[in-house]
Amino acid sequence: MTAVTTETDTKTKGRGAPFRFLAPRGLIGWVLPLIIVLLWEALSRTGVITENVLPAPSEVLAAGWQLLLSGELVHNIAISTQRALIGFVIGGGFGFAFGLANGLWSRSRDVTDTTLQMIRNVPHLALIPLVILWFGIGEEAKIFLVALGVFFPIYVNTLLGIQGIDPQLTEMGRIYGMSPSRLFWRVILPGALPAIFTGLRYALGIMWLTLIVAETIAANSGLGYMAMQAREFMQIDVVVLSILIYALLGKLADSLARLAESLSLQWHPAFQRKDA
Amino acid sequence: MSTAFTFQGVQRVFGSKQVLRGINLEVPEGQFVAIIGKSGCGKSTLLRLLAGLDQPDGGRITRGEAARGAAGTRIMFQEPRLLPWARVTENVAVGLTGIAQGAAANARAADYLAEVGLADRGSEWPSVLSGGQRQRVALARALVGQPAILALDEPLGALDALTRIEMQQLLERIWREKGFTAVLVTHDVAEAVILADRVILLEEGHVALDLTIDLPRPRRHGSPEVAAYEQEILDRLLGRNAA
Ligand SMILES: Nc1ncnc2c1ncn2[C@@H]1O[C@H](COP(=O)(O)OP(=O)(O)O)[C@@H](O)[C@H]1O
Ligand SMILES: [Mg+2]
Repeated sequence: MTAVTTETDTKTKGRGAPFRFLAPRGLIGWVLPLIIVLLWEALSRTGVITENVLPAPSEVLAAGWQLLLSGELVHNIAISTQRALIGFVIGGGFGFAFGLANGLWSRSRDVTDTTLQMIRNVPHLALIPLVILWFGIGEEAKIFLVALGVFFPIYVNTLLGIQGIDPQLTEMGRIYGMSPSRLFWRVILPGALPAIFTGLRYALGIMWLTLIVAETIAANSGLGYMAMQAREFMQIDVVVLSILIYALLGKLADSLARLAESLSLQWHPAFQRKDA
Repeated sequence: MSTAFTFQGVQRVFGSKQVLRGINLEVPEGQFVAIIGKSGCGKSTLLRLLAGLDQPDGGRITRGEAARGAAGTRIMFQEPRLLPWARVTENVAVGLTGIAQGAAANARAADYLAEVGLADRGSEWPSVLSGGQRQRVALARALVGQPAILALDEPLGALDALTRIEMQQLLERIWREKGFTAVLVTHDVAEAVILADRVILLEEGHVALDLTIDLPRPRRHGSPEVAAYEQEILDRLLGRNAA
């Protein structure tokens, strides 16, 4: 619960919270990136930034257009997104399941938590050499790494969310004769949801990060691969394009998660609209 | 008149600490009983036993026909314990778990919301209500299943003085209307005298005083008769302390 309240400021002030990222207030956030791009373009044109350091935005855009026409860009974005989502569903699914199990049953926690905490302390990207040995540079390698990276934020936050539920509320549920499943759906899950969303958004960041690294090192398709190929052929505009696309995809994922969050946490004071 | 519940030599021990040492108490149906006593003397323990949330280590608790079963006795706490993620009406409908559901539950919940003066707040989130309003929602939730006994553990303890008095009046009106047996734990002697037919003083795990308040209702805060009863109880409470 505490994690979401850090954003109280922006959320309580924003009218029509669920669609905030489409609203004028949300657009303000895009002013600064726009200024930076314009400045960058100007500096490139005047030769302050040379072309082999950083190509002008217009050139990056042109490169993007080329790749779009050839179908390469869409293909690579689709491949990367697919890997990201499959890895996310697998890792997030297991993380959620273990988080629930360990939050609800102390027996389950006693058996698995120590092991999970030990694995958590290994940076998952350190496993890349091992993963390549296991899976080669096939799809499994990337999906495995993404899943592993996503697992922990979801696991830890689901567990924290359940453990953080007010015991007075669960007692109240029992007093009023709620069955275990009703108690879960009416009290435990909604109570854990704010923490689960915190984990979700954190996991989305890790998802992209893991995928970039994995595709850069071990892939023959995808955005990371596209960037590495471009590096070999000194196509710096394509390299920059890949980086920008990662930024946009990351932002998109975060916005969707925020939308889902504000739609499902309408009861939370941090998400309440002032016009109610 | 038949009996709502009886405690016969009820004991409760926590570790080496004997909190209740043989409580004997018989309460007729429809009576309003107030339980007072120093902090830590076992009032909440007694109430939890009455509500069936805890079992006695000795003695017997028997409940009248109507008070048996899960919905026969309800308990209300100092904290409203509302679900923050459920609308006010849904929170009241929690009191109908296993009794009614869907539209029927919502309709009954709405009736009880009206009863506590919150008819138009049903679609709001609990977080926008004041402390007193939340406690009224909790009262509606406790009563919507039509319990025979309502146990109240310092339900007004966290409210400001004015809201407290309003809530006392509300509680008294609803109690007279519905006719349930009310067992109110309070640390406010005046509140006990204003509301109760009978005041029980707990001391060292026993019933130290069982006083019938023989005054017509509604009673007024500060009236001489009320003040006399208050004085009697306070003397008893503090006298033992000074000795
Ligand atoms: N679950 C429990 N475990 C151990 N001790 C308890 C428990 N519940 C109450 N007690 C002890 O029993 C005594 C009476 O508690 P309680 O009934 O809550 O007092 P009151 O409500 O009158 O203030 C206290 O000393 C308290 O510490
Ligand atoms: Mg108490």
